[in-house]
Amino acid sequence: MTAPPLRNRRLWLAVAAVFALLALPPARAWLEATMTRHMLVQMPLLVGLGFALGHRLPARLRNRLLARAGGPLACLTAASFAATYWMLPRALDAAAASAAADAAKFVTLPLLIGLPTGLAWRALGVIGRGFVWTNLVSMLLFAGWLYIAAPVRVCNSYLLDDQAQAGWWMIRIAAFIFAAWFAALFAGRRRGMMAMRGRRPAAPPRRAGLLPAAMPPFRMQ
Amino acid sequence: MMFGRRALATTTACALLGGAVLWWGSDGFTAFTAESARRRAVLAEPRPLPAVALEDQDGRPLAFADYAGRRLAVEFIYTRCDTVCYSLGAAFRQIGERLPGGDPALLSISFDPAHDDPARLREYGERFGADGQRWRIARPRSGDDLAALLAAFGVVVIADEIGGFEHNAAIHLIGGDGRLRQISDLDAVDAFVAGLADDA
Repeated sequence: MTAPPLRNRRLWLAVAAVFALLALPPARAWLEATMTRHMLVQMPLLVGLGFALGHRLPARLRNRLLARAGGPLACLTAASFAATYWMLPRALDAAAASAAADAAKFVTLPLLIGLPTGLAWRALGVIGRGFVWTNLVSMLLFAGWLYIAAPVRVCNSYLLDDQAQAGWWMIRIAAFIFAAWFAALFAGRRRGMMAMRGRRPAAPPRRAGLLPAAMPPFRMQ
Repeated sequence: MMFGRRALATTTACALLGGAVLWWGSDGFTAFTAESARRRAVLAEPRPLPAVALEDQDGRPLAFADYAGRRLAVEFIYTRCDTVCYSLGAAFRQIGERLPGGDPALLSISFDPAHDDPARLREYGERFGADGQRWRIARPRSGDDLAALLAAFGVVVIADEIGGFEHNAAIHLIGGDGRLRQISDLDAVDAFVAGLADDA
C-alpha cells in the first residue's frame, strides 16, 4: 500500500509549496481580510495540508506514528480540542490582529488538527469517519445559523455583513458535504452489491479516500 | 479495535491538555469573543493609558492627564457616522442629564482625524448637545497617537463597504487615577449611571 516514493516526494513538495504560498504576507492579508475567506478558505486549507501529510505517509511509518500517538481516538481527541479552540471567535480575532497568534494558527492547524486526523483516518473505519463527517456537518450548520442570526459582531475584526455571509457559506458547505457523503455511501453500497451478484468485479482496493465509499474497514494487527 | 493502556493514557492527556487550553483561551469559559475578553481584562486589572496628544473642538490641546483626579467617560466616534454613533451620542447626553454636575467628564474621540477637523468636531458636539466644557469632542493629533489610543483601549476600527467604519462601540470609564477601569454597552446607560453613583 506504500505510495511510490516519487509520488510521495511530489506530494511533500506540493504541501510545502501551498503552505509557503498561504504564508506569504499578501496572501495572508487577502485571505484574512474577510471572515469568509479566513475561516472557510485559509483555515481549512491549512488543516488539509496536515491531513494530506498524515494520510499519505508510507503505511509503515504512519502505523508506527499512529500507535505511538495512542491510536485513532487519541488523535481525534487532540484534533477536536484544537478545532474547538480555533472556533472561538476570540481566536479568529487574535489571528487577524496579531502576527504571533497568526503564526500559532499556521503551526497548530496543520499539526494538531490535520495531521492527527490524517494519521487516524484509515484506522477510523466507516463508522469513525461517519462520526467525523456528521460532527463537521452539524457544527457547520449550528455555527452558520448562529452567524446569520447574531445581531452583533462576534469578531471585532470583521463586518456584520461579512459575518452573515460566512454563516451562509457554512450552511452551503454543510449541505454540500452532506450530499457528497450521502451519495458516496450509496455508491459504495451499490458497487459492493453488484460485485456480490458477480455482474462486475469488485472495485480494486483503493487507498482510503476521504469519503466512505469502497474503503475496507481497518483492523489493527 | 485494541484499546490499550497507551491509548487510554494519551487520549486522557489530550483531553486534559485540550480542556486546559480551552479554559485558558476563554478566561475560564467566560469570554468567547475578543470584546468580552477586553471588558473582563479591564475590570480585573484597570489599564494605564498612553500619554497621547489630542485636540478638542476649539483646537485646544488636550491630554488624559488634564483629567487627573476626575472620572472621565470616553466614547470613540467619527462625525460622518449615522448609525451606532447616534446611540453613542444619545448615551452620552443621557449620562450628562442624569448626572448633573461635572462628574464624570465626557469625552468623544474621533478615530477619523483626517476628516474630522475641529470645525466638524464642533458641529458633531452641537448636534448632540455637548457643551464643549464638561463634554468635549476631540481628535488625536497624529496617526501614531491614534494607533496608540486604539491599541490601549482595545478598539478595532474597520472600513465598511459604504465609505464608513464599523467599530466596537462602548462607553469607557476612566477612573480618577487615569486608568481605564470599565467598559459598558451603549444601551446599558442605567446600569452605568447606577455604577457611577455607587462608586463615587
